[in-house]
Amino acid sequence: MKSCVLLACVPDTASIIKVGAAGNRIDEAGIKWIMSPYDEFALEEAVRIKEAGSGHVTVLSYGPDRVQATLRDGLARGADAAVHVRGGEATFGDALAIARVLAAAVRALGGFDLVWAGIKGVGSDNSLVGAMVAELLDLPHISGVLKVELGDGKVVAQREVEGATEIIEAPLPCLLTAQKGLNEPRYPSLKGIMASKKAAIRTFSVADLGLDEAALAGAGCRWRALELPPARSGGTILDGEADPAAAARELARLLREQAKVI
Amino acid sequence: MAGILCVIEQRDGVVRRASLQALSQAARLSAPAGAPVVALLVGHGVSELAAELGAFGAARVLVADEPRFARYSPEAFAVAAQAAVAEVQPRAVLMSATTLGRDLAGRLAARLGVGCLADVVKVWLDGDAVVAVRPVYSGKALATVDGGASSPVVVTLRPNVFAAEPMAAAGAVETLAVPEVPIRAVVRDVVARESGELDVAEADLIVSGGRGMKAPENLALVRELAHALGAAVGASRAVVDAGWIDHAHQVGQTGKVVSPTLYVACGISGAIQHLAGMSSSKIIVAINKDREAPIFKAADYGIVGDALQVLPALTAEVRRLKAEG
Ligand SMILES: Cc1cc2nc3c(=O)[nH]c(=O)nc-3n(C[C@H](O)[C@H](O)[C@H](O)COP(=O)(O)OP(=O)(O)OC[C@H]3O[C@@H](n4cnc5c(N)ncnc54)[C@H](O)[C@@H]3O)c2cc1C
Ligand SMILES: Nc1ncnc2c1ncn2[C@@H]1O[C@H](COP(=O)(O)O)[C@@H](O)[C@H]1O
Repeated sequence: MKSCVLLACVPDTASIIKVGAAGNRIDEAGIKWIMSPYDEFALEEAVRIKEAGSGHVTVLSYGPDRVQATLRDGLARGADAAVHVRGGEATFGDALAIARVLAAAVRALGGFDLVWAGIKGVGSDNSLVGAMVAELLDLPHISGVLKVELGDGKVVAQREVEGATEIIEAPLPCLLTAQKGLNEPRYPSLKGIMASKKAAIRTFSVADLGLDEAALAGAGCRWRALELPPARSGGTILDGEADPAAAARELARLLREQAKVI
Repeated sequence: MAGILCVIEQRDGVVRRASLQALSQAARLSAPAGAPVVALLVGHGVSELAAELGAFGAARVLVADEPRFARYSPEAFAVAAQAAVAEVQPRAVLMSATTLGRDLAGRLAARLGVGCLADVVKVWLDGDAVVAVRPVYSGKALATVDGGASSPVVVTLRPNVFAAEPMAAAGAVETLAVPEVPIRAVVRDVVARESGELDVAEADLIVSGGRGMKAPENLALVRELAHALGAAVGASRAVVDAGWIDHAHQVGQTGKVVSPTLYVACGISGAIQHLAGMSSSKIIVAINKDREAPIFKAADYGIVGDALQVLPALTAEVRRLKAEG
């Protein structure tokens, strides 16, 4: 089983977000970059599938040099090979352009039975790239998988939609996007971390893939401006320590008469 | 004047509320230019739902009612939507950002070679551009985005943010011819979960419990208040990870991002990853015994106290007020 896992390198979920000087991006000063949390589930599942049988796991990321740290993190967690497509400045925030680059890279590498992505890249919060890559590669896809079983030449996966669980079957090759609950990702071992530091990362430019990054940029989405949401003004906080029941009654009254939500 | 296409989602013969919200927004966008709103209904045995779409602003309803569309498939539904795009030549394709809507939008946009503005909370037309505001970094920031060179632009609308309002329109029903395509990812089975329970992603009111509820059985107090309000039950990651409740209920950066009218956080500290998922709620209520808990900074109303004591009293009071009418 040959798998390719798409890894997005994103700001740590605990980051404080500030608007950068250009006005349409975040201020990257002081940001710690991590593997997008859903991609951890995707990678873990690909590695488990390899360990349960045989196979090979490639991690692939498109972005500036910092994504190499994410790729090494992927190697430390059990991937066998890492591929970096350099760039991403011009195509920032444009899922279509990113998907076109990733699809071209997956095609160039070739021979995968499974392509994996996270259900959502934390930060962009798009949930687009997985399905887009599948469509561009003419692969079937199943998004948000919570359980995966492989049969001969096919995959059976479980996923949740509002109020129901669906069991979906697809032939290989197939693209899957991982949802939280799929597995419990391992921490990288010390040995894995040491080995990943020395591992070679194959790098490509976008041009190596036969694409022109400047021409791709802005085809699908442009960020015009970035703002912080308005801060909430001081709320009405009641003391419920002495008399919880009285505080509860007052809260219910406020919610009915002032906020008008009951 | 190019119109707007709105892809309607139905389940078990019922149009999703979120789809009516998207259709209403399509009608509001089109009204100033007098451009037509066209609804697309894909499914099997769904034709009679077209009338309802006319009542929410659809001038035309394209219907693809065939056995092969009985269950959602991203491949087949993207081909159906592509056929509708070819027919209507819209400037925007709107749908709700439900699980299926978000799944379909990516596939469709890539198929059309256009961009998608995902999970937007505002959308408008600016000259030739389709512009939207969408929460990014889990709601820690708001990006104003446009669809660049794309035509049409696919837009998914966050549920419960846009109002669904009846608006009489012709609702002229037409059958849409959709090319045959192989469906590779096939839904084999659909199992309803926790029958009748409201999903947090769609709910207008949410009551959530966190580690401050102390024990899994105390989540019953959260459920009782939710029941009295007609709300869905949410949870922090701490209690999901502890196995008190299923992940489907988790609100936050690695759970669901919600924007209900009312969000009640019980025994939840308000970690940045939790706030990311609920801070765009209209009214936030916090019940926490620690006055310094970060959740109070986000709260419109709050009680400093023991949730185990406050909740039963609050539930009783809500029941009493509701009975009064
Ligand atoms: C990558 C990543 C992703 C994450 N994603 C999410 C996410 O999607 N959603 C999420 O929720 N978290 C997420 N987290 C976890 C988050 O950082 C917090 O750990 C979590 O939200 C804490 O849950 P809690 O508020 O229930 O628990 P705690 O932080 O332990 O807070 C419990 C609160 O209960 C109060 N309390 C105690 N007893 C009582 C009582 N009797 N009555 C009233 N109040 C009481 C306490 O004062 C305290 O404020 C994520 C973390 C990481 C690193
Ligand atoms: N620049 C990138 N490089 C590699 N994978 C990516 C990149 N951007 C997005 N992805 C993948 O696509 C998924 C969904 O991202 P998004 O559509 O941005 O929410 C992520 O979880 C990753 O698996």
